[in-house]
Amino acid sequence: MTATADRSRRPRSRRDRAGDQPVPEAEFTSYYGRQVVKAAPWDERIPIYMFFGGLAAGSSLLAAGAQLTGRPALRRAGRLGSGAALGVSMVALVSDLGRPERFLNMLRTVKLTSPMSVGTWLLSIYGAPAAVAALEEVVRLSPLPADGRPVRLLRTVGRPAGLLAAVTAPPVAAYTAVLLSDTSTPAWHAAFRELPFVFCASAAAASGGLAMVVVPPAEAGPARRAGAAGALVELLAERAMERSMGLSAETLHSGRGGRWTRAAKVLTVAGGVGAVLAGRRRWAAVLSGTALMAGSFCTRMGIFEAGQASARDPRYTVVPQRERVERGEPVRFTPREERRPG
Amino acid sequence: MAGRNSLFGPVDPALDAGYADPPPRKGFFTDTSVCIGCKACEVACKEWNLVPGGEDYDLLGQSFDNTGALGANTWRHVAFIEQRRPAVDLGMPGSGPPPVTTGGQQPAVGGLDPLMADEDDAASGLRWLMASNVCKHCTHAGCLDVCPTGALFRTEFGTVVVQDDVCNGCGYCVPACPYGVIERRRGPQGALNVGIAQKCTLCYDRLGDGLTPACAQACPTESIQYGDVEELRERADRRRAELHEQGVAEARLYGHDPHDGVGGTGAFFLLLDEPEVYGLPPDPVVPTRDLSAMFNRATTAAVALLAGAALAFVGRKR
Repeated sequence: MTATADRSRRPRSRRDRAGDQPVPEAEFTSYYGRQVVKAAPWDERIPIYMFFGGLAAGSSLLAAGAQLTGRPALRRAGRLGSGAALGVSMVALVSDLGRPERFLNMLRTVKLTSPMSVGTWLLSIYGAPAAVAALEEVVRLSPLPADGRPVRLLRTVGRPAGLLAAVTAPPVAAYTAVLLSDTSTPAWHAAFRELPFVFCASAAAASGGLAMVVVPPAEAGPARRAGAAGALVELLAERAMERSMGLSAETLHSGRGGRWTRAAKVLTVAGGVGAVLAGRRRWAAVLSGTALMAGSFCTRMGIFEAGQASARDPRYTVVPQRERVERGEPVRFTPREERRPG
Repeated sequence: MAGRNSLFGPVDPALDAGYADPPPRKGFFTDTSVCIGCKACEVACKEWNLVPGGEDYDLLGQSFDNTGALGANTWRHVAFIEQRRPAVDLGMPGSGPPPVTTGGQQPAVGGLDPLMADEDDAASGLRWLMASNVCKHCTHAGCLDVCPTGALFRTEFGTVVVQDDVCNGCGYCVPACPYGVIERRRGPQGALNVGIAQKCTLCYDRLGDGLTPACAQACPTESIQYGDVEELRERADRRRAELHEQGVAEARLYGHDPHDGVGGTGAFFLLLDEPEVYGLPPDPVVPTRDLSAMFNRATTAAVALLAGAALAFVGRKR
């Protein structure tokens, strides 16, 4: 059987949905069309984890703000929401391990070169106060006698715990971007400059959305503002990201990554506009809050799927590298060089 | 310990990892120009390292390659490429200057091309390329950098090895590798270390006893050469010069340069065509090279989120 390594001219992506992305036609060589880098062995549990992690972080921020400005319903929703989201995210994260029973091995070392190690520690540092704050809300709602010792203790630590959770929450929302970008997966690595902003804004939008759904509009003003601003920044950062990614941005416009990303944009725009216009109409707040959460989820799914698609197609690995070499600019270390990441 | 070039640039990996007085760095020089595609390396590796077979047997329709690629259950992989020569290469219209060193530009002029397998092949213009691929044991190893548990570690020989009893199968090393080498073992059911990241160890257990890794030991043509990386680099340079003298202009080294994107590899190659022809990335870079930039961007975004949340509570209460 005779087969040759295919030196094929592939057509540009079928529909150039980017429109404003002039990508030169890419001829490239591969070994029987096989992928060069390997895709992460993760399934949807990882984007689910990222969505709920962001939701938890954003909710803790809203809860702390509510705590400081006297908005009890928003505080309660934020704390309970972050506690629940944290629980879901941990289940998703641990269950996606190859050996879930060895999860605690994550804590046997602190390793600054590993965004996952840093992230596990950030999550642990954030998780403890967030859980305490959530527990305090549970106890407040429970019929336990208010003068019992455990209740008094929780009430004493609940307030500082809520504030501590808010201060430690933003890194939890941001690190997941580094987690994805610090890989050889073409679309994730190419997005490293803007992805933290996309993810942080997405966390704000989702948590604002959650609070809009469950908190009476009278107290939900900050949630509406967080949701609207989060949606706007997410859309802008995503646009900037697509422009700076180069060839692999294609994967945000085609296939499953494209479908999720398009859905994310529609939902985020709708939710953001709704958050601005909803005012004190509860039904509008519920609708736009739901759209914001769904949009945030679709954003995570879209970026996850785009990255996986970019790893499976050798084009996205070979072409940018080959173009670098052909330009006479292969990546080489030069002492005290002006480090130009990319 | 962590020094100036710990993330990028030339460095002695064992010294950088904290070994006080490590032995010379060990590695492979794989000279693909003498590979005969016997796959003895694949077999010897599996035998010695108890690497299970694939989950199912399949004919891939890729010349004599039915293994496919490196992975959890394939730590040595022999690639087979059949090329028609002289190929008509019209360059790359529309995307920059035509490649200078693209394979298939060396029509044999008078007599046999030294790379043609035999007269029949020479007459039909068929060229075989065979290459035994393996983990590169990078100076800056993406898999090792991102491993959150410390399961992946740098040995005193400068190689990169997974500790099977520590790895929790998070899978982060898999997308981190710029060569697509390491993989989480999916099966077959009941096999050793399922759910755990697996790759070539450069036969760490043999090295400690002064033995040669199984693949190099089994290679009948010395296509796979094992030794001190310093010495192997010199040997590779000599071999390339020798081939150039013989008129094999397309002979090139891959991974030998300590200034490249991964700080040079412990296992490097002599290739007869562009790396991507063999399924290798043409200009690999360790993702952690940009790590500080990534953390800076993320820190900025996190601060912005905190400030934004505070701003949401400013203003009249409603």
